[in-house]
Amino acid sequence: MRYIEPHGHMVSRTTDDYQAMALAGCAAICEPAFWAGFDRKSADGFYDYFCQLTQIEPKRAAKYGLPHYSWLCINPKESEDMALAADVLALIPEFLKAPTVLGIGEIGLNKNTRNEMKVLEQHIGLAVKHDQMILVHTPHLEDKRKGTRLIMDALKANGVVKPERVIIDHVEEHTIHEVLDQGFWAGITLYPESKATPVRAIDMIESVSAQRVWLNSACDWGHSDPLSVPKAAQEMRRRGHSAAAIDRLVYGNPVKFLSQSPRFKDPAAQA
Amino acid sequence: MSPPQPHPGAPARTREQVADLHFMDARYKLLDLAAFLDRLDRAAGGEDHRVRGLRAALPLLLEKDEGRVARILTLWSDPTAEPIAKADTKAASGVWPGLK
Repeated sequence: MRYIEPHGHMVSRTTDDYQAMALAGCAAICEPAFWAGFDRKSADGFYDYFCQLTQIEPKRAAKYGLPHYSWLCINPKESEDMALAADVLALIPEFLKAPTVLGIGEIGLNKNTRNEMKVLEQHIGLAVKHDQMILVHTPHLEDKRKGTRLIMDALKANGVVKPERVIIDHVEEHTIHEVLDQGFWAGITLYPESKATPVRAIDMIESVSAQRVWLNSACDWGHSDPLSVPKAAQEMRRRGHSAAAIDRLVYGNPVKFLSQSPRFKDPAAQA
Repeated sequence: MSPPQPHPGAPARTREQVADLHFMDARYKLLDLAAFLDRLDRAAGGEDHRVRGLRAALPLLLEKDEGRVARILTLWSDPTAEPIAKADTKAASGVWPGLK
């Protein structure tokens, strides 16, 4: 089996995880910028982080034969500080020139505050200005439904963003249909507790046209599983889905979305 | 029992096949939930808003129509539409505190 991990925070993972993913059939990894578990105090911290994403992690992944791509932003959890956000946004254009950067992400909302909304709109403007794709983080738990709607409204209000170049991640049963109905891609994040389990994810896949859906582990420093995508594929096999349907979901769909960036190379075409 | 409502994207399967695959998983989770409620009974203090939300969701499990997960998640969601002025925490609790 082959698959793409389209959303993994590998800076938080050990090299053993890279090896386990490669052994499980992973063919490429994409890493959006995220919250470090604490608020960084200055833009210098983000400069170093963006260097890590664009220079260090690709080398670490390459040791296991894995292409590594990244997305850049200031995470919504750090967006309350508008001055810091402005400094970080000013850094991003320089890093967009790196050959493995796919776009702006994971941007979005956390607690659905006014400042988070302003920084989200600035990120959307940055993506439009530099013709970048967008990867969206939707809020957690009780804040997800409201935040997902606010984010989609902001994307539509921009007037230029093409929904097919935006993936709205961390959808669950109460948000996936609205996201797909509005023309966006939807990402289902497989978290042991706080998002979707592999079993629920496959229930969702069976309830929608899965042409614009990907699965990801979003593995990070918290309770998460870097092998959750192949485990979801195993759940599909248990239920009698064909090998072609599984391959389409865990490999073909992410390749289709990511290939909208000329920087992403289909690993199968490189073999 | 409601009539079968298969999804077009799912291979055909019987309810027995679904039970064979997933019953034990659902069984232990239900027992864990029962044990959690028992544990709460043995503890002091008032009802937490998260537990209140959990109790409010239990009747939805017994509804006949599909879509129970979405209805529970919607029940626990913030129903307001406007951004808030400022957050007093970065974390979400799992149930909107305003749920009655």
